[in-house]
Amino acid sequence: MTASPIRVLVAKPGLDGHDRGAKIVARALRDAGMEVIYTGLRQTPEQIVNAALQEDVDAIGISILSGAHNSILPRICELLRQEEMEDVLLVVGGIIPNEDIPALKSAGVAEVFQPGVSTQEIVDFIRTHVRQKNAPAG
Amino acid sequence: MAKETETGVEAKQDAISRRVSAAEMEWQEKILKPALERSPERRRAFTTTSGVEIERLYTPADLPNFNYERDLGDPGEYPYTRGIHSTMYRGKIWTMRQFSGFGTPEETNQRLHYLLSQGQTGLSIAFDLPTLMGYDSDHPLAEGEVGKCGVAVSSLADMEVLLQGLPLEQVSTSMTINSPAAVIWAMYLVAAEKSGADWKKLSGTIQNDILKEYIAQKEYIFPPAPSMRLVVDTISFAARETPRWNPISVSGYHIREAGSTAVQELAFTLRDGVEYVEWVLRAGLAVDDFAPRISFFFNAHNDLFEEVAKFRAARKVWARVMRERFGAKNPRSWTCRFHTQTAGCSLTAQQPYNNVVRTTIQALAAVLGGTQSLHTNSLDEAWSLPTEDAATLALRTQQVLAYESGLTEVVDPLAGSYLLEKLTLQTERACYEYFDKIDAMGGMVAAIEKGFPQREIHEAAYAYQRAIESKDKIIVGVNEFTSCEQPINILVVDQGVAATQRRKLRELRERRNHAQVQSTLETLGNAARTDQNLMPFILNCVRSYATLGEICDVLRRVFGKYEEPAFR
Repeated sequence: MTASPIRVLVAKPGLDGHDRGAKIVARALRDAGMEVIYTGLRQTPEQIVNAALQEDVDAIGISILSGAHNSILPRICELLRQEEMEDVLLVVGGIIPNEDIPALKSAGVAEVFQPGVSTQEIVDFIRTHVRQKNAPAG
Repeated sequence: MAKETETGVEAKQDAISRRVSAAEMEWQEKILKPALERSPERRRAFTTTSGVEIERLYTPADLPNFNYERDLGDPGEYPYTRGIHSTMYRGKIWTMRQFSGFGTPEETNQRLHYLLSQGQTGLSIAFDLPTLMGYDSDHPLAEGEVGKCGVAVSSLADMEVLLQGLPLEQVSTSMTINSPAAVIWAMYLVAAEKSGADWKKLSGTIQNDILKEYIAQKEYIFPPAPSMRLVVDTISFAARETPRWNPISVSGYHIREAGSTAVQELAFTLRDGVEYVEWVLRAGLAVDDFAPRISFFFNAHNDLFEEVAKFRAARKVWARVMRERFGAKNPRSWTCRFHTQTAGCSLTAQQPYNNVVRTTIQALAAVLGGTQSLHTNSLDEAWSLPTEDAATLALRTQQVLAYESGLTEVVDPLAGSYLLEKLTLQTERACYEYFDKIDAMGGMVAAIEKGFPQREIHEAAYAYQRAIESKDKIIVGVNEFTSCEQPINILVVDQGVAATQRRKLRELRERRNHAQVQSTLETLGNAARTDQNLMPFILNCVRSYATLGEICDVLRRVFGKYEEPAFR
């Protein structure tokens, strides 16, 4: 019996258009056997959480390099709580100063991946920390 | 047998292929082979940073039939491979132009004055994301973004503060602005005019390169056709009104930052340039009326020789394109004038002081490559916008190169290197191959709609990432030679910036002539539906203190908004 693949939403919130990293992560996750939905650019927190809900994902990967993470991420966390989606794993990559990480984790971000991290580390983290799925019957 | 392709390249079969001489074969047998047996090389094959295979040794055999006059030529003379000026830095050192901007216009104004006081010779302004996307600081989508990536400019009032006290007729100003470039440029022009400057004397650049936004940076607002219309309008306006202004900086920097190879950076940039020339010609201008003021912007990455070859090939290809493809007669139409920025994407969060070394090598490449203007990144690039200290050290890097290294004393000093001349030829040839592909697709706008450059860039970026993760490529401090990290001080943009900007906008809206604003905006909307040049209409909106967001909203309503096709 095999478990169904991990489903991940990769999202670019805010105005930032730099998507080199988001696309590389999306591809690496696909290569690792996950199902990835990439939202495209300039998504609001509402659009992201809505997409995560519609797509029934196990994890959300946020890519943000613009410095707006302290506004955007708590908002995403709040919306996930409202939708009772707190068991969806939330991870973030991009330009996030060390000082900001503790507050983000308190708000509900599971991990922050800063520049220099490998895609393998991201894959491993998601695999290890994502909620366990039931294998299909039969 | 020589063959002329559509782009005018002579594809001589023996131009780049190598014929090994008897003496070299003997060297291989007697010297090389035993050396390899005693001590094999570190790798089976070596490549440039871009993955181009690089040989052990370059000799005259790599340049068969190389003729200096025919294949290289002198600096300041077509095709300018050796430099656009005959004296280069002996005549004038490149402009030291540090890209700057954060927080409020007041804070950025202070930083611009500071950098001038420390010896920078040109201004370069970075705007925040709301401004880049044509939103005012109080727009809901600006939440959390105001002043974070650059300076917030929502109106002429902000621009006046930003430029306060700067000697605009003496120092050139470059502004990195794309989708709303016409509006921001209008604000600059009106602010300059109000401070007493003569438009005919204003020197500077607006980036205004929308094609690379679709390809790489993704800060587009409108769809391609109306966006190109705005670019054409600004170029036409500049040709008449601002003879010393570069209305476009056709950019490869961002394409490279998105992960492209050196050849892709070169080819996509120059082919974007071709596209712009074609569009402006269709609007009825003569090529020599505007081509002299087309400028370029390249990346300087780590691989010194690959980069120098790229810059030399750029001049050679552009000169030929302008003279042969477009029939330009004015030599100033043939010259590829460019600004360079060292590669931000090569800098690391780990061990940030290593970045000073990387930036130095990259700056060296840009200078050896003959750049007209240079920005050197700061060591804290991967963490935040530069602190004052980091920005100063970056500027000092250029000054040491300029005054202490001997680099400026000889024009195109690496010329004649077998490696460099061969790499230059190879790069030129590879560039034309991309031109042929893109021409066959129907041009660059068509290629973008097919997703071609975007896919090429993504593939190169992914290959590079895999090379790092497999340690095929070493990044010092990241996947090798790691150590315990010492945190550095980083710039934190003041939290109060957004509130300050919002207040200023409220006050602006209260004191300006509301009816006049509405009237100029309406007139702009009507003009946008015709094919009139929009610059005069935008200038009128700006003069009435219509905001950036209000002007862009009018254009959004008429032109629509663009969304790129989904990434699969």
